[in-house]
Amino acid sequence: MKYHYEVSGDDFTRAGEASGAVKATLKRLGFPPEVIRRVAIAMYEGEINMVIHADGGDINVDVEPDLITMVLSDRGPGIPDIDKAMQEGFSTAPETVRNLGFGAGMGLPNIKKYTDSLDIATELGKGTTITMTVRVA
Amino acid sequence: MERILHSVTLDRDKCVGCTHCVKRCPTQAIRVRDGKAVITDARCIDCGECIRVCPHHAKKARHDTLAALENYRYTIALPAPALYGQFHNLDDIDVVLSGLIKLGFDQVFEVSRGAEIVSDATRKLMADGLLKKPVISSACPAVVRLIQIRFPDLCDHVLPMKAPMEVAAALARQRAMAQTGYAPDEIGIFFISPCPAKVTDVRFPIGDSHSHVNGVLSIADIYPKLVHEMNHLEEVEHLSNSGLIGTSWSFIGGEAAGLLNENHLAADGIQNVIRVLEELEDEKLADLDFIELSACAGGCVGGVFTAENGYVARARITRLRKYLPVSCNRAEDFGDLRALNWSQTLKENPALHLAGNISDAMRMMQQVDDVCAKLPQLDCGACGAPTCRALAEDIVRGFAKESDCFRLREGCNNDR
Repeated sequence: MKYHYEVSGDDFTRAGEASGAVKATLKRLGFPPEVIRRVAIAMYEGEINMVIHADGGDINVDVEPDLITMVLSDRGPGIPDIDKAMQEGFSTAPETVRNLGFGAGMGLPNIKKYTDSLDIATELGKGTTITMTVRVA
Repeated sequence: MERILHSVTLDRDKCVGCTHCVKRCPTQAIRVRDGKAVITDARCIDCGECIRVCPHHAKKARHDTLAALENYRYTIALPAPALYGQFHNLDDIDVVLSGLIKLGFDQVFEVSRGAEIVSDATRKLMADGLLKKPVISSACPAVVRLIQIRFPDLCDHVLPMKAPMEVAAALARQRAMAQTGYAPDEIGIFFISPCPAKVTDVRFPIGDSHSHVNGVLSIADIYPKLVHEMNHLEEVEHLSNSGLIGTSWSFIGGEAAGLLNENHLAADGIQNVIRVLEELEDEKLADLDFIELSACAGGCVGGVFTAENGYVARARITRLRKYLPVSCNRAEDFGDLRALNWSQTLKENPALHLAGNISDAMRMMQQVDDVCAKLPQLDCGACGAPTCRALAEDIVRGFAKESDCFRLREGCNNDR
């Protein structure tokens, strides 16, 4: 089953709506709680990143009984150094965002931690597409 | 005999088929069918919202009556601390307890004593690092059932310990047997309850296979008789044996305060509880040590079996507890600390799963999505389901039909 969400770029309080909707759907479908938790957290981190860095974007989720695939695309500034971005605590979030409790440099590391695969395609000035999967054991 | 899974009942004559209860149910357990509210047993968590919100007082909850005392040779009243907040100008808890004796009980055993034992045991377990943090209180059975249905991933955060009522009941029976020499089944233990969820909890306990409580009386039901007895007492016996910590369990924040750990959160009201559980599920509250949740606004004093406004009751209990010692009971009073633990692991309740396996559920979800797309998304409730999506699900399950939607019936095209 395929789901599409648009993430608006200007509202922190609404980040999490897409991951919340996916979480609710997976619960009704009876996926194991552990799988749902990993999907929800990885997707939430991705949503927050889109709001902080890219003025929002699109999320496509494909739910299969044994695999959940999430593709998050934005037209933001791109990631100059992916290796650095993957380090825990490394953040380019502005002060204003950090003051809100976001941008602690745990977004991508958390996504990596909770997913079974993570692929980042990024082009400076064009945008970033993150493809991540969670396998149902 | 009919296997009754929840305590809420419907007075069909009073139900007019409006959708107040349908809309407020946190597990979407209620539908209006053929003009009357129907509850899906498997989904009901006994939170009491439908009882509270019904403008026609058509929803009630089952409870026992004082007549049940006659079935036992020896009876013990187990008053919830919320009871102490129901009376005007009460200065002494012993007046209430003496009144219960006059009402016909042979003995009283305060649930607040059980609460102090649970508080002490929780403090010890948390100090030893034996619980997964944040620890979620298991005191409110409606919250625990909500977690099993809607937040199964949090089951292992729930404090796996008997509720104060069970601790008090087990101790009371043990001691009464030693005092009287009666057999266990000759002793009747009655919880004086602010809350219908406890009625279900006694029939189908969470975490254990058997409850030590024999009956559940509603505070509101015995209230007039109890007040009469309290007003006609010849002497006040000294019966109370609990302190500030135990009595404070009656309102939200009381249990958490009893842990003497500031790093806690306390939330009340079922919708607020859901918001906290959602954040907890997303690991946004991982820094907390303890989370106290109560389905009723204000905590147990806000239960639907109470006679008095919960906030008034809280103010009275706050005044009453001023001269009480901090605590009078310790975990060791129960004997072995491990005996306080649940004997069963808390498990997910799949009542909201669309089907028994993921593939079937996905097929159904696709059908639900297709049907839902035809509905007007007004969530008006006129069909008897809480939302258009819930109606779509009912249609796919075969419990409802598209013509139940008045917009589809009238053939209006929706604009979406």
